[in-house]
Order: sequence, then C-alpha cells, then structure tokens
Amino acid sequence: MLDIPSFTLAAGERLFLAGPSGSGKSTLLSLIAGISGPLEGQVAVLGTELTTLSGPARDHFRADHLGVIFQMFNLLPYLTVLENVTLPCRFSVDRRSRAIAMAGSVPAEARRLLAHLGLNEPGLEHRAAAELSVGQQQRVAAARALIGRPALILADEPTSALDTDRRRDFIELLLQECASVGAALLFVSHDRALERHFDRVVEWPALPYGLGRET
Amino acid sequence: MTLFPLAAKSLWNRRLTSALVVMSIALSVTLLLGVERLRTQARSSFANTLSGTDLIIGARSSPINLLLYSVFRIGDPTNNVRWASFQAIAAHPQIAWTVPLSLGDSHRGFRVLGTTRDYFQYYRYGRSQRLQWVEGREFVEVFDAVLGAEVAERLGYRLGQSMVIAHGAGEVSFALHDDKPFRVVGILARTGTPVDQTVHVSLAGIEAIHVDWQGGTPIPGQQLSAEQVRQLDLTPKTITAVLVGLKSKTAIFHMQREINEFAAEPLLAILPGLTLQQLWDMLGVAENALLVVSGLVVLVGLTVMLTALLTGLNERRREMAILRAVGARPGQIFTLMLGESLALTLCGAALGVLLLQGGLLWAGPILEGRLGLTIAGWPPSNYEWRLLMAVLGCGLLAGLLPAWRAYSYSLADGMTLRI
Repeated sequence: MLDIPSFTLAAGERLFLAGPSGSGKSTLLSLIAGISGPLEGQVAVLGTELTTLSGPARDHFRADHLGVIFQMFNLLPYLTVLENVTLPCRFSVDRRSRAIAMAGSVPAEARRLLAHLGLNEPGLEHRAAAELSVGQQQRVAAARALIGRPALILADEPTSALDTDRRRDFIELLLQECASVGAALLFVSHDRALERHFDRVVEWPALPYGLGRET
Repeated sequence: MTLFPLAAKSLWNRRLTSALVVMSIALSVTLLLGVERLRTQARSSFANTLSGTDLIIGARSSPINLLLYSVFRIGDPTNNVRWASFQAIAAHPQIAWTVPLSLGDSHRGFRVLGTTRDYFQYYRYGRSQRLQWVEGREFVEVFDAVLGAEVAERLGYRLGQSMVIAHGAGEVSFALHDDKPFRVVGILARTGTPVDQTVHVSLAGIEAIHVDWQGGTPIPGQQLSAEQVRQLDLTPKTITAVLVGLKSKTAIFHMQREINEFAAEPLLAILPGLTLQQLWDMLGVAENALLVVSGLVVLVGLTVMLTALLTGLNERRREMAILRAVGARPGQIFTLMLGESLALTLCGAALGVLLLQGGLLWAGPILEGRLGLTIAGWPPSNYEWRLLMAVLGCGLLAGLLPAWRAYSYSLADGMTLRI
C-alpha cells in the first residue's frame, strides 16, 4: 500500500526521484503510466485525469504521450535495433505522425535519434537487439522512449546496469534529447551521484503529504 | 496488421519449439487426412471395379464372400457351380449374356482366372468402360494367356513369354502345372481394378491343367502331355461364379429369386451394388473407429502446442510488459497470442497436407500394386476441407487459454519487469 499525498512535475521539467529500491517507486511509475489505477485519489498527466479514463483510453494515452525506460532488458530480443526503436509508432498514430513530421519517415526519425545517442555505426540498426552490449541496449531504449516526441519520459533506474563512465554519458545524452524533443523527464534512481544533472530532486520517503496531482 | 509481423518474429525467435509444434500438428493432420482419403478412395475404387453386371451367381455361401472372391479376388470360393447348372441359367430367356469365372490357380502371387472370350466383351468397370488392349489379342488356343497391366509390368512379361501356372492361390506354391506352360498372347490396359492383377486364360486351359490331377496333386503314372490333353474334351465340369447381364433391369429381383431357388443345386445370386453396400455397412464401424483415433491424434498435436505456448508464457512476461509499456493494449496482447496459435495450427495443417501429398506420391504405386487401390492426391475433397477447418477451429480454441493467461498477466504485471 502506497500513500502519496501529492506529487507534481512541471512540463519539460527534469526531476530526479531518489530513494532506495523496493520503496514503491515503480508503483508510482505504473500509476503515472496509467497501467495501474489508484485505490483512492486522482492521477492527472498532461492535464488529463487518468482516473476518469477507461482502460483502453488509458492505453491509448500512454501510447501517445509516454516514453518508458526500464532498468534493463528493455528490448524485444527478436526484433532488430531499428524495429525496437520504431515499436511505439506501431501502437500510436500520434507518435507515428510526429515522427514523420520530424524526419520525413519513421525509420529516418529512428536513425536520427540513434545517431544522436551515439549509435550510428554502420549495420548496427539491423542487428538483433540481443547482440548489443547493455550500454547500447539502454541507449536504444532511450531512442525508443523518445521517438514521436512524447511529453513525458519515465525512466526507472535506467543506469543501474551501466558502469560509472557510461552512466554519466547516458544521462547527458538522455537529458539533451529530452530537451530537444521538449519532454519532461521523471528519472528514478537510488544513485545520488546523478542528481546534479537535474532541475529538481525529490526524496522519495520524504514526499509532502496531500492530494496527488501532476502536470 | 501491426501485430502480425511481431507474432511472426516472436515465433521465429522460438523457431525450434515452433518447428516441433508445427511438425506434431502436421503429422496428426497427415494421419487424419490420410485415413479419410484411404477410406473414401477405397470405397470409390471398389465401387468402380464392376459395372453393368446385374447379378453374380455362385455356390451358396455368404453374399459378401461371393462378391469378394468373384470380383475382388479376395478370399477363396467355398464351393463350385456345376457346368450343367451354368448352361441351364445361360439358356434362360431373361438372360442377355453370361461370363463364367473359374478361380483357384495362381502365377507368382497373381490370381489366374479361367473365363471365356465374352469376358473381354461384357466386363465393364468405372463408368461402363470396356477393357482395352495394350498389345496382342484375346486367348484362342488352350494354353494362351492374357495379362492384366500390373502383372505384365511387375513381372516384365512381353508377348510370347512362356509362363507356368501354380496350383492354389498362394504367393509361393510347390504344386506347379509345369508340364503345361502357357504363352502370353495379350496384355490389357491399366484399369485400376483387380483385373490389372489377373492372368486370364480360357476355361479349357484351366480344365487342361487339371485333367490329370486329383485332390490338388497330379495322379501318379497318369500324366498327360500338353499335346495329349489338346485331343481331349476340355469342357469344364465346374466353374466358380458367373457374371450375368439381363435383358431387362426390371427382371433383376425375379431372376435373383429364381436362381436362389434353383432346384438342381444350392446357388446364390447377388446384386453387386447392394452387396457392396452391405460390405461398407459392415466395415463402417472399423472405419469410424479409425477416423476417431486419428481425430484424437490431432487433439494430441494441439495439446503439444498448448503445452509449448503455456510453458513459454512465463518466460515471455517481460516481453508482454515491454509491449504494454510501448502502448500495447491487453486486448492486443490477447490477439497476439491467439494469432500465434492460429499461425502454428495453420502452418501445421498446410505442412500436413503437403506431407500427405508427398506420402501419396511415394506410396501410391505400392498401394496400387498390392491392393489395386488408386489413391488420388489433389485436390482435397469438401469433407477434407471441412476437417481442416475443424482442425483450425480447434487450434484457435486451444489458443484461447494461453491468450487469456497472457492477457491476465499483462493486466496483473503492468510494467513490472519480472526477471
């Protein structure tokens, strides 16, 4: 049981949510993503009351507006890098058309993002996701979360499988791309060394109590 | 349509398991369709063996037995018909033609049939087709023989070939009529009936090789040469059965009763079509049992699929969570899983049909040679299409379970990745 009095995130804001693992941060992300609903209270994302939406409508909302990066194993191993990146465009017409607006076609936008994230070595986009190193996989996951300009990126300990140098590179690339597509970033981690990159830091167990709301 | 490439790639990723599942479904479908095909083709092949004959007359035994030995060369006659009785029947005013048949000898496993030249004129098969000649002519001399197509092909006999007839119907016989060899004078075209596996000789020929025999062995010290035998009266004393054509079809039942009440000896007259139907009624139970068993094998095949999908599901919860995170609805996850079951069943069924075609191509000539059964491969009959549809339906039905499990996992797990 998780009791979140209030929690807000501004548009385009880059927020670092710090707290030990197992403290329910993932549950918060599930609530924001509209995958699980709260027993009580409200969840609003981008001005939309998720709690008033039907299940399929929440799924649509997530597909259109949210990008998600997990701790590890982000990719479908049987798809190529390019197919993994373009996956959200299969499920969201909005993101598909935004990706086309950005670069002319969905694969072109995927290549653009991959290149920005330092994955532009020739032939890489056609390799199976399972063949990549963990660091590469996380960057592919970031490209997937960013494609089609979602308004909010949820990142659940995306750097915990990376070594320190790669961790910093990854964060910098992610922040840079979030800024360039104009997405807010909710970054969950227990690694306090990363918090200096962010606009705001929220200490998980010390959330102020009150009614939950986000923007 | 966005889901289909995903399902295909996911299946390809698990291609060893998928291939085994497809194979098990394919084999079960092959069995099911094979049994069905054999059943229907055996029926039509049997039904095509004889046409235009109104009655078959033989010594009194069971109607099915008479039909089997006289037309299909299966089993042995129990008793013979006296020549005098045959002549009396042949002279009946209602009767248009008669073809006497005399069985009991063989040549290297092929039955030898003693008959008259009327056989080549009146015997009809399929849709009233007459026997055609590949080469040669009817038998004229006592020791002339006419071969069915399969006999000539399997033994490689040409016209003028000399052949020795064995006593009895077995493949290997120690009692040979080797003092009186026959000569091949004609070869018949292929008919797809037991005629192909028959050596035809004249009734006089059958009589000639048995003149100096008694009780299945030569009478010691009384052997006659072929030349001496030719001088004798070779009218047979008995025959095995008679094919009869009537002047008017309306007289069939009247004629049948008259023969069944024949005073001189106990005879049996049967209507070939009706007796064949009785045979099918008798075999129906076994046929259906076979079909049920092959249906169960299909269920086993589908259970293999169900096991594979359900076992794989736990490992694929992460896959489901990723799909959910990028915006897949639980309904789409359900469809994805159902699509996989359908794809596996579809591939299995298609491969099964192909395997059957291949199998028939390979086994067809063997079946034709051994059993005189012509089994056509393509196209599947309406009933077979319905069977295939039923298999697909069952596959879809079986797919509901893993699809439902995946659906409820995707609801319960949300975006939590279980590693």
